[in-house]
Amino acid sequence: MDLRPRSHPTYLAFVVHRVSGLLLALFLPVHFWALGSAIQGEARLEGLLRWTDNPLAKAGETVLVVLLAAHLAGGLRVLALEFLGWRARQKDMVAASAGVALLVGLVFLFNVV
Amino acid sequence: MSAASAGGAARAARQQTHLWVAQRVTAMVLAIAVVVHLVMIIGAVRGGLSAAEILGRTRGNEAWLAFYVVFALAAGLHGAIGLRNIAAETIGLRGRAADLAWLAIGLATAVFGIRAAIGLYA
Amino acid sequence: MASAASLTVSVWRGGEQGHFARFDVPARENQTVLDVVTYIQRELDPSLAYRFACRVGMCGSCAMTVNGRARWTCRTHVRKVVGAGGALELRPLGNLPVIRDLVADLAPFFDKWSRARGTFQPKEAEEGAVPDDFAIVPPASKQRRQADAGIECIGCAVCYSSCDVVAWNGDYLGPAALNRAWTLVNDVRDGARRDRLDAVAGDAGCHSCHSTQSCTERCPKNLDPSLAIAGLKRTLFWDTLLGRR
Ligand code: SF4
Ligand code: SF4
Ligand code: FES
Repeated sequence: MDLRPRSHPTYLAFVVHRVSGLLLALFLPVHFWALGSAIQGEARLEGLLRWTDNPLAKAGETVLVVLLAAHLAGGLRVLALEFLGWRARQKDMVAASAGVALLVGLVFLFNVV
Repeated sequence: MSAASAGGAARAARQQTHLWVAQRVTAMVLAIAVVVHLVMIIGAVRGGLSAAEILGRTRGNEAWLAFYVVFALAAGLHGAIGLRNIAAETIGLRGRAADLAWLAIGLATAVFGIRAAIGLYA
Repeated sequence: MASAASLTVSVWRGGEQGHFARFDVPARENQTVLDVVTYIQRELDPSLAYRFACRVGMCGSCAMTVNGRARWTCRTHVRKVVGAGGALELRPLGNLPVIRDLVADLAPFFDKWSRARGTFQPKEAEEGAVPDDFAIVPPASKQRRQADAGIECIGCAVCYSSCDVVAWNGDYLGPAALNRAWTLVNDVRDGARRDRLDAVAGDAGCHSCHSTQSCTERCPKNLDPSLAIAGLKRTLFWDTLLGRR
């Protein structure tokens, strides 16, 4: 893929939105299924939660939280363009979206470890 | 283009528009729901997750049940329509049959989510 | 940057299948990319095919892919785009069939322009007759301003060749045709609003745009097709939700 015509911030925002959306959409059924099966009782739910205490699961959770925050913030940019016609500050909004995703990820990390 | 196929194309365009509208309506719902969800997650993981704590908040609480049912529906549909767009643009999977299949996948996902929401409530 | 004494120019030769040919062209203080192409054709290889007409950014016929980006060659100074060691890479516009060398076939681009109902349809005079009276369209009205914002398009296809959705979906109307449709949707004298909105709806129309804004980024006229497309989406959203269509 030729990156020369695709290096502007809004293109990057599209790529982040697409990749995060794809991963979240694939994770969603797993999330629902695992949660739905675990919630048959407090003990089983506790079991799932304890399993997620291992560092690898924690890292995975952090990635998911960052993906979710990135997709949310990027989606707000798209909605602002489509429904409010905000165009002047699109580049700033891309930067702000990235900031939000990073911040949420950091807060999550500080809270779990 | 014959009149019949022109009518078919117009109908297809209308159905595709409906999918797009559904995508944006669910996006607006999710914009709020995901903020709540993220705040909840970050609040909940403070000092470790525990099943008792989560269930204590959600058991018998209709407001949370309603929230999670709407959330699951919106997320299931939004994700499936997004996957539809990706499949169309990357592997050329298009057409009414594919669209209906994606809708079914979205609803099935939502059902799993609603099952989990009921688990949190009951 | 320090200017090299000569430019090393790679030029696409052939049709859809082809190769790059290398030419050395003397570097000048003030030189457009079109000057470079013309030099090659006049001095080095008269068989090179390319297109231009006005040389001043009015006609839009000289657009090519210069070092990976679509541009008007007549309004692009070499020093603004030249790579290290005086490297220039010239290809025909992307997302379009190649006729030969630097000439792309714009037929699909203009076909889509008409599929998007890009022609004005006078309200009172269905058959294109001249209306009896002048229409009064206040310059400060919102619709007039929205139409004005996109009206200067000269159909150069720079945006079209920069849009990935065009590459991913052969039916996609593309930024220029949709931008044109939006100016007409906002033209209060036009009578084909409903048909036009039908024509630009769905996967082949505005709903496939992902707001990457490559079109807006590249348009040499500084138009904002991406914003125009957002306007179409917004209009269709409310019309659909409120059952107006
Ligand atoms: S904003 Fe839309 S029309 Fe413009 S280049 Fe991106 S996808 Fe294409
Ligand atoms: S919108 Fe701009 S880039 Fe696209 S055809 Fe018109 S003038 Fe050219
Ligand atoms: S030659 Fe007319 S726009 Fe470049």
